[in-house]
Amino acid sequence: MDHKTIVEDNIDILVCGAGLGGTGAAFEARYWGKNKKIVIAEKANIDRSGAVAQGLYAINCYMGTRFGENKPEDHVRYARIDLMGMVREDLLFDMARHVDSAVHQFEEWGLPLMRDPKTGAYQREGRWQIMIHGESYKPIVAEAAKKSADKVYNRICVTHLLMDEAKENRVAGAVGFNVRTGDFHVFKSKTVIVAAGGASNIFKPRSVGEGAGRVWYAPWSSGSAYGLLIEAGAKMTQMENRIVLARFKDGYGPVGAYFLHLKTYTQNAYGEEYESKWWPELQKMVGKEYLDPEASHRTHRPIPTCLRNHALISEVNAGRGPIHMVTMEAFQDPHLEEIGWHNFLGMTVGQAVLWAATDVDPKNENPELTTSEPYVMGSHATGCGAWCSGPEDVSPEEYFWGYNRMTTVEGLFGAGDAVGGTPHAFSSGSFTEGRLAAKAACKYIDDGKAEGIVVSEKQINDRKAEVYKPMEHYKVYRNEITAGDVNPNYINPRQGLDRLQKLMDEYCGGASVNYVTNDKLLHIGLKKLKIMEEDLEKLAAKDYHELLRAWELKHRLRTSEAVLHHTLFRKETRWPGYYYRGDAMKLDDENWHVLTVSRRDPKTGEYTMEKAPCYHIVGEDEE
Amino acid sequence: MPTFVYMTRCDGCGHCVDICPSDIMHIDTVTRRAYNIEPNMCWECFSCVKACPMNAIDVRGYADFAPLGHSVRVKRDEEKGIIAWRIKFRNGKKDFELVAPITTKPWGSAIPNLREVPEPTQEQRDSQLLYNEPKYIRMDDGGLDTLESNGLKMKAGVYY
Repeated sequence: MDHKTIVEDNIDILVCGAGLGGTGAAFEARYWGKNKKIVIAEKANIDRSGAVAQGLYAINCYMGTRFGENKPEDHVRYARIDLMGMVREDLLFDMARHVDSAVHQFEEWGLPLMRDPKTGAYQREGRWQIMIHGESYKPIVAEAAKKSADKVYNRICVTHLLMDEAKENRVAGAVGFNVRTGDFHVFKSKTVIVAAGGASNIFKPRSVGEGAGRVWYAPWSSGSAYGLLIEAGAKMTQMENRIVLARFKDGYGPVGAYFLHLKTYTQNAYGEEYESKWWPELQKMVGKEYLDPEASHRTHRPIPTCLRNHALISEVNAGRGPIHMVTMEAFQDPHLEEIGWHNFLGMTVGQAVLWAATDVDPKNENPELTTSEPYVMGSHATGCGAWCSGPEDVSPEEYFWGYNRMTTVEGLFGAGDAVGGTPHAFSSGSFTEGRLAAKAACKYIDDGKAEGIVVSEKQINDRKAEVYKPMEHYKVYRNEITAGDVNPNYINPRQGLDRLQKLMDEYCGGASVNYVTNDKLLHIGLKKLKIMEEDLEKLAAKDYHELLRAWELKHRLRTSEAVLHHTLFRKETRWPGYYYRGDAMKLDDENWHVLTVSRRDPKTGEYTMEKAPCYHIVGEDEE
Repeated sequence: MPTFVYMTRCDGCGHCVDICPSDIMHIDTVTRRAYNIEPNMCWECFSCVKACPMNAIDVRGYADFAPLGHSVRVKRDEEKGIIAWRIKFRNGKKDFELVAPITTKPWGSAIPNLREVPEPTQEQRDSQLLYNEPKYIRMDDGGLDTLESNGLKMKAGVYY
């Protein structure tokens, strides 16, 4: 098979993946790099790509400093308690002090932010969330990115990063293929900002058949943020910190606006409040520092998301499911009823379709809630991602190596899901991280750090052969069988994905085992994954669409491997409700008040794990 | 609810193929019309439905949990800056429309071209500020928050 090779040379800043993080990066890069060559490589079409493709009804990270609402350190404290202490507070503080400037620009660009008619401030949904009419959130920020970029390559599936052959551990660009034409694309670049997505679909979803597409995070979030970075040898952090979501059953419609704005609440099948009865036992597991319902009641300190999940899961296991969202009170108000529906249409249309299909009118009945399968990502209420440098003026020594949001690979930056330890960034925070990474990448180039990069033809040709191997493999073995997809010499991407999901579900704490795992299970999981990796050498793709799915699967596998290693390393149950280590059911601050950091050696495939100190922001005089 | 395409309305223009974030809207080689090649990778994001100039694409709730007989239709208009929805229940008891703005400005007109704004100074480059900052942080003349300005420090250990 002969595939044309198209080389884009002399790029200064290559943005891989243009969701909210990538569009922020491309937009900002033009300001600091007036004459720099900025190129976007996006797997889909940047007008509707990434997690915000269908829109959002809220911006979940907005400080409101202009209205005197919050300070950046307030948000750090919020994210810290929600993640049971395990966050990169330097990165969080940095994101929070800049995020409002992104939101104010969005409004100027035409994004409809709702205003509180009484105060004139943005309409708050909760302390951090503001309400928007965000159906066109993504196309609007895409316009900004398109204005800044020299070139936007849509439909390029980036498979690998290119590495410099003159200096070890320095990035040199990326390669991938066009999912329409099949052309091989080479991007030679001084810096790369990986803003690709986190991972849906690595744990078996609760839905079966068609419904498997109705995952909470977009099905096209293929863990490429992690696949690309891990393969390049970048250090990762908090990969064990997968997230489980309590959402409307089957449709996974959002609950934020329902809880915060519509003031709906949950109860068990028998109409009883159930959360508080689980707190005393849970408090023994995690300690009063992390769960103090009285203090939460007094001070509005949130009860961590994972712990509320724990109560829901426990109540269902005790036989008093399903859990209902009590909507029948709020929905009597026609205005609130309308908001309830708009909320779905703005960001999870599928939930509206499901209620229409099942005649669920929340005015007359209380809809069911459930907990989802786990997801691996870094911008919602969880912080998986790369171990990145923080900003010069905030970060302690262990967290700083020259350039904001640069991974441990030189010239390789991250934004959004790619950056670890920065939960609660959401859309606006991811966009902001992209901006921060772009400014730092420009500085890196201006400081002369990207001189003398060498990429041999051999590296490019080796990658090219690797990229198309699934199609070659298909061609060789297809005619061994009469018809169909059952072949002794290959599996197709769907078969591989099913296998990965089953494996992760059963051995790494998925929904069907009640989110519980232990050291024995994790070891078996790793062993099976290793064998699956061997089989992925025999992955077969019959066309370019399947080749896309093949590479998404490979990125998901690499992500899963890191999740297994990290979960094994952290020998405690830090986030009950997200997952449980059955062999270490307590939170253990004495040994594990640390961030977990891994590195996969790209040559040997071996992982090394280490603990990194967890720094917290405290008052000047606080000891 | 995976998407499907009405045979009599689709003219095979490919707008849906061009926009689908999941790469699952393809043109059938026999009928020369679009169809969903992989319904279990469809997020029901409606990107293709909104992009279709013929209103040929619709959705039918996922077969494994959504009964037949419902409808959610949409019309998105960039020129008018609005999106209009119509939701019909299976039992016919609820049939309602909802309209929301999608932009407050003529499409794309208010987004700056950063090639044309003044070049940042060296001082700005060496600072922690981003484009339009510090002004756009609070829309006033204040500066950027720092640990010093807010009386904070970073400390290793267990603190709450």
